[in-house]
Amino acid sequence: MKGAIVSWLVACLLAGGYPLATGADRDPALEARVTRLASELRCLVCQNQSLAESNADLAIDLKNQVREMAKAGKSDAEIREYMVARYGDFVLYKPPLKATTALLWAGPFLLLLAAAGGAAVYVRRRHKRVAESGLTPEQHARAEALLGSDRSGR
Amino acid sequence: MTKFLLPLGVFLVIAVFLGVGLTLNPREVPSPLIDKPAPGFTLAQLHAPEKSVTLEDLRGQVWLLNVWASWCTPCLEEHPYFVELARTGEVPIFGLNYKDRREAALQWLARHGDPYRLTVQDGDGRVGIDYGVYGVPETFVIDAQGIIRYKHVGPVNREVLEERILPLVRELQS
Repeated sequence: MKGAIVSWLVACLLAGGYPLATGADRDPALEARVTRLASELRCLVCQNQSLAESNADLAIDLKNQVREMAKAGKSDAEIREYMVARYGDFVLYKPPLKATTALLWAGPFLLLLAAAGGAAVYVRRRHKRVAESGLTPEQHARAEALLGSDRSGR
Repeated sequence: MTKFLLPLGVFLVIAVFLGVGLTLNPREVPSPLIDKPAPGFTLAQLHAPEKSVTLEDLRGQVWLLNVWASWCTPCLEEHPYFVELARTGEVPIFGLNYKDRREAALQWLARHGDPYRLTVQDGDGRVGIDYGVYGVPETFVIDAQGIIRYKHVGPVNREVLEERILPLVRELQS
């Protein structure tokens, strides 16, 4: 009798614990998609974390929102649009190319161009300086003469 | 002399950029909802949960939407300003009780005063997401046509109220 009760209790525990422990009701493909999308979205409460990394209350709500939309068959673009409509471009870790973000996108290339231009000017100037420091024909002749007299004097 | 002018110039430009960066508040994310219609909702009233309120019920007046919760400490900071504003009756304030328990919210209002013409409950934070709420308290100025005109994230203080919110309210009311 006692054994039956114990085994019944154990069965209850296992039955109750099983789905919790494995999350069997969750579809792994859907979860992978939710995680991928969430890692592209910024958590607004803890701004240096993505939604996927963050455990902030809002991040969990937004992740659930992403999951729900994904489950309802919304496309990635639709889900991103939904977030941008509410929280602005700031939620995207990869901001779209727009007039306001043009400098952000072009900035590194502009800096590279400026650096290349600076380097070109520097090299050309240096080249000129080296060329200018060459001797005039008279100086050359004199140097030759001095060197020659030195050589003959030895 | 000119040899030092270029590095000095570069230094000044960087210093200006970094200086501006330091004065910006990264928590103030520009809301895409400004000048857009306020998202619709149907929510239960805090004081009378059997009755619901929709956005349409509030149309036709300039109003403030204050997102608050009893668990939110900075809400306590701004609350006296709203209580004071409610007393002048200059603009109706509606409360959105965000992710809170009803009893806790009612207790909080009983203790700190209730400046709200009406408070609605957003228990699961769904309407909060529609309004792009990310840092309670938040305050919205919504005009008679139901367009969001201004959003303040974080506790409202006298300066924000008197220099930003109230002038805008007066302008919209006239």
